[in-house]
Amino acid sequence: MLRRLAWSALLLVIVSFLTFLVFYVLPSADPALLRVGRQATPDQIAQVRSTFGLDEPFYEQFRIYFTDVVTKFDLGYSYYSEVSVREEIVSRLPASISVALGAFVLWMVIAIPVGILTALRPRSRSDRAVTGVTLVFMSTPTYFLGLVALFLFARDIGRFPLVGGAGTYVPLSEDPKAWFESLIWPWIVLALGFAGLYARLIGEHLREAMAQDFVRTARAKGLSESRIVMRHGLRAALAPMVTVAGLDLGYLLGGTILVETVFNIPGVGRYAVEAIQNGDLPAIQGTVLFGAIFIVLAVLVTDVLYAVLDPRVRY
Amino acid sequence: MALLEVRDLGVSFHTAEGVVHAVNDVSLTLERGRTLGLVGESGSGKTVTALTVLGLTRSENTELHGEVLLDGIDLLELPPAKLRSVRGRRVAMVFQDPLSALHPMYRVGWQIEEAIRAHGRVGRNAARSRAIELLRSVGIPSPEARADAYPHELSGGMRQRIMIAIALALGPDLLIADEPTSALDITVQAQILELLARLQQETGMALVLVSHDLGVIAEQTDEVAVMYAGRIVEHGPGEVVIGSALHPYTRGLLGSIPHVDRPRADRLTPIPGSPPSAVRVPTGCAFHPRCALARPSCEREIPRLSPVEPHHRIACPVVAREVTRARATPPS
Repeated sequence: MLRRLAWSALLLVIVSFLTFLVFYVLPSADPALLRVGRQATPDQIAQVRSTFGLDEPFYEQFRIYFTDVVTKFDLGYSYYSEVSVREEIVSRLPASISVALGAFVLWMVIAIPVGILTALRPRSRSDRAVTGVTLVFMSTPTYFLGLVALFLFARDIGRFPLVGGAGTYVPLSEDPKAWFESLIWPWIVLALGFAGLYARLIGEHLREAMAQDFVRTARAKGLSESRIVMRHGLRAALAPMVTVAGLDLGYLLGGTILVETVFNIPGVGRYAVEAIQNGDLPAIQGTVLFGAIFIVLAVLVTDVLYAVLDPRVRY
Repeated sequence: MALLEVRDLGVSFHTAEGVVHAVNDVSLTLERGRTLGLVGESGSGKTVTALTVLGLTRSENTELHGEVLLDGIDLLELPPAKLRSVRGRRVAMVFQDPLSALHPMYRVGWQIEEAIRAHGRVGRNAARSRAIELLRSVGIPSPEARADAYPHELSGGMRQRIMIAIALALGPDLLIADEPTSALDITVQAQILELLARLQQETGMALVLVSHDLGVIAEQTDEVAVMYAGRIVEHGPGEVVIGSALHPYTRGLLGSIPHVDRPRADRLTPIPGSPPSAVRVPTGCAFHPRCALARPSCEREIPRLSPVEPHHRIACPVVAREVTRARATPPS
């Protein structure tokens, strides 16, 4: 376990270094130029450079940045708005977590029953329908689905105005009803792509499990078919799904760029987009690091969870 | 009335390669407390026969014929809910590989308790103490501790004892043991067989012992049925079938087909060839391509199981004729 933790830490260092490197080797924009505005004198530019430490050599900049991250978890200040990157991300996290968790719950709620159905009736009409629908939603881009949803159902531009449109996000703590309304479509749009895939995965795992000898033993015991499926088959089928699900959730928790952009939700994903547009290195670094931390945590948590669910697994 | 009566059982599977007639015209009778041995190579239909008794071969791709009567009630016709109440309660089963037959993610004690609570209301604590009792009766040391083990933490013999405990949970009238020792070490095999014999004596249940190993069968069966390519080819009391086997296949299994035209050293011969493919069973007597005594007529007619002695039946007209002739002409 200690070794795994060490590897995780090393992974985070490598991720931040690579982000830094990419930003410098492939400069999309000069942060100083973006900062000073159009009619700036060379003097002003130079001054901005020295204020932000941009005149230091590359490795020196990374050293300063890295020391601050490790010792104070200080992700620096945005070149663009001069706000603390850490505070900005932390204040945006609830929105991203709301989007990710809600979508995750929704797609699991869809995928598990549909997966069971397809597993128990292979090659049936419902099985084929799921396969078809899965392909449609998996191959439909999120932004397209999102825009369709908005044009159809948003209160401002929709044909059937049911819920708030883009940019109506309200924190849960302020108004739970408005929070739910503003997120229902982001959840659906995000969940649809995953739900079909998960239904198929769960279906395949369950079909495999139901062919196992222990299911025959369960039948020989005289258990009811529903108990055989839920307690014996599904238990074996879902254990390996934990790894996939954990990773996907971890990935989404770090911010969902497309959904947050389409629905104008002030989450970490949108912050990342703005940071890239503004050449705002500290903000880019911060969002990438947060995303990486979520994935590393997800991997650690799912590994532990998997060992709990499947007693044969040991670390 | 016999406890179990199988009449003209036929089981066929529809597969991608064609229809597999796994079991054909199998008839068997088993009285309470008795033991029946079902012998044959893999693919002979013995396991399918055993599984069909519990309705475990039911599926949309399976065709079942004949009758499986338990106390006169046809299990093949039983609706699923009624069949379910027979499983585990009246007829229980032990499988070949206990590692795969036990659920890998549940503690063995839980799996025994589940069997106890499957039919009727039993409290958690009552089920627990009954499970411990069962573990003790199948010879598991410190059962309280073992109940909390997962299958992979136990040895093969232990695991099979757990399977037996599950099967015995509700005191069934009939236990079907499908190759219960084949996945185990030789030393453990004998222990498991002894355990089954002891439990049978204690509970008075009937036992169907399925095995490819005549040695296993010889030990403790009252009756033996030898199967080949889905049919019973020889049937009779254990000591008769093992001691004076008549069907060429059984004798081949015993490794004792005498070749008069060969020197003594070559007398112990394996059966030539290999078991027939399940899809393409030879015409007539399925054994004829491998049989030293085969006549042209063997290719045409499926031999019927007919008595050579009151309780000894074989499905081989060639040998049957010889036996009658030998009996008719007194030794000179």
